[in-house]
Amino acid sequence: MARYLTVRIAGMAFVLLMVSFLTFMIMYNTPGGPFDEKEIPLSPEAKANLLAKYGLDQPFYVQWAKYVWNAVQGDFGYSYSYPNQRIIDLLWTYWKDSLLLGFASVAWSFPTGVVLGVIAALKRNTWIDRAVTVFSLVGVTLPLISLIFYGQMIFVVWLKWVPWGTGRSLTQQPFSFWILPVILFGIATVGSLARYTRAGMLEVLGQDYIRTARAKGVKWGGVIFKHAMRNMLIPLITLFGPTLSNAITGSIFVEFAFAIPGIGRFFLGSIFSRDYPMIMATTLIGAVIFTVTFLLSDIAYTLVDPRVRLGGKK
Amino acid sequence: MATVIEPKLAQPASQAQPFLAYKSLSPLDLALRRFKRNKLAVVGLVIVTLFVFAGLLAPLLAPFPFDRTNLLKPFLSPFQDASHVLGTDNLGRDMLSRLMWGVRTSLIVAFIAQGFSLLVAFVLGFAAGWLGGWVDLVVNRLIEVTASLPGLLFQIMIMVLIGNGVLQVTLAITILSWPGLTRLVRAQILTLKDREFIDASRAIGASPLSISLRHLLPNILNPIIVAVTFGIPGYIGAEAGLSFLGYGINDPLPSLGKMVGAAGEFLQRYLYMAILPTVTLSLLVLGFSFFGDGLRDALDPGSERA
Repeated sequence: MARYLTVRIAGMAFVLLMVSFLTFMIMYNTPGGPFDEKEIPLSPEAKANLLAKYGLDQPFYVQWAKYVWNAVQGDFGYSYSYPNQRIIDLLWTYWKDSLLLGFASVAWSFPTGVVLGVIAALKRNTWIDRAVTVFSLVGVTLPLISLIFYGQMIFVVWLKWVPWGTGRSLTQQPFSFWILPVILFGIATVGSLARYTRAGMLEVLGQDYIRTARAKGVKWGGVIFKHAMRNMLIPLITLFGPTLSNAITGSIFVEFAFAIPGIGRFFLGSIFSRDYPMIMATTLIGAVIFTVTFLLSDIAYTLVDPRVRLGGKK
Repeated sequence: MATVIEPKLAQPASQAQPFLAYKSLSPLDLALRRFKRNKLAVVGLVIVTLFVFAGLLAPLLAPFPFDRTNLLKPFLSPFQDASHVLGTDNLGRDMLSRLMWGVRTSLIVAFIAQGFSLLVAFVLGFAAGWLGGWVDLVVNRLIEVTASLPGLLFQIMIMVLIGNGVLQVTLAITILSWPGLTRLVRAQILTLKDREFIDASRAIGASPLSISLRHLLPNILNPIIVAVTFGIPGYIGAEAGLSFLGYGINDPLPSLGKMVGAAGEFLQRYLYMAILPTVTLSLLVLGFSFFGDGLRDALDPGSERA
């Protein structure tokens, strides 16, 4: 286990190094810089001073190496657009809403998808099964911008149940405001989870040990929860990591449509003003979230399935 | 020695009518039959055919050029004016023509992106699965790094670097979307690699290239076709999303996502401007998705995994 963890963490470090390199390379080569002031023209001397202060006059690899060296020590530096604000504080301020949105949508959509999938598998070839199958196909396929549009048309414009977004943080909004964005953001997850669970459940239900359990006289409820679901857990755990990390880094369209001040919208602003430290920190933390959830789900396997041993030795 | 027990085939019909002639069904016939059983898939095929037709022939069929403005007739609602059946937008541009061109843009981006992804997936997937060793290691690390990037945010960064445009969007989408297909190809090759028929063809001296083309490729084709069809809606959605945010197709070329985004301003009074592209986009992706669902039933029976 210790050896396995060391290898995995080294792998994660490599991935993060590559992510930071790619981000840095792209931003370095993008035309324009953080101090190309339009409204307040800077004298060449002042601009040179600023560039020197932030180390932007140094060659590419020196800048990158310095950044990595500082980031490893937990120092992500200061924002260019918001001087005197630490990146960490800004990230927390703006990621909070995205985190809330992501967690809330996964919290309802993941279990709902699983339950729908199980029901569809148990009621195979009935109208319930067909309804779930079509719903999940539609949910997976429809782009988020279409879904959001339909949701807003029905509940905001037509029924007027939900007000337009006000630009305030989710923490300052009433519960009624949360419902629509959280539901719309979770529909694709419901769809993909329902599909996965249905397929996996059908596979498990066809196995011999299920028939044996039934033949012994175990009731359907017991068979489903004790035998079938336990074997379904592995693929579900595999899906949980990416689903969660997508949810907390990919809410940009929902943030736009409902005027929620989250990290996606903030990121667009950072790109626009070439706020390099902010951009670096956002993609890096996004990658950290992905790799960590991935590692955690691998570790969770061993808890669910004693046959899986990390490290590959049987 | 015990006699070999023949598995009993249930053929009551042939025993009752011994001379009934059965038309032999090729795999294609069987696939077609399975496809037709799926009503939604047939609907999907019809939608896809219509949209591909309208999109590809947009330069010929569209009643107006997509960028022809008519400032005397802005904001015409659908079915109000005989010459502009679906109305006009804020600059008096014909909605129907713009929708057709938008579908065309979506299809072009989606097909090229899928083509690029497929190419990468075949090359890297074959290499990783067949050669193994350090090649596999490198490909896997590449997949890992790409999958760890926060997708949409990274695509936006790439778009800022290379600028808006059809090819640029295609590139930005492809850079982040090849790992899925590559994993699929690699996994398929890994399961086939040690099968007897591959060993046999290697034993008679077939070159790796001929094994790949004549034995491996036909065997992995069906799941790949299904994955490719299912991938199209994803690419269409990705393009629409980027264009919606303003990091996609460059003006004046219409894109469905861009039309949805541009309509946002006029949502309160001219709702049709947003409804038309949104519904078109939805129908387009659903068509491919239903069609893909039927294709999977037809070509890849037994697997129900998406």
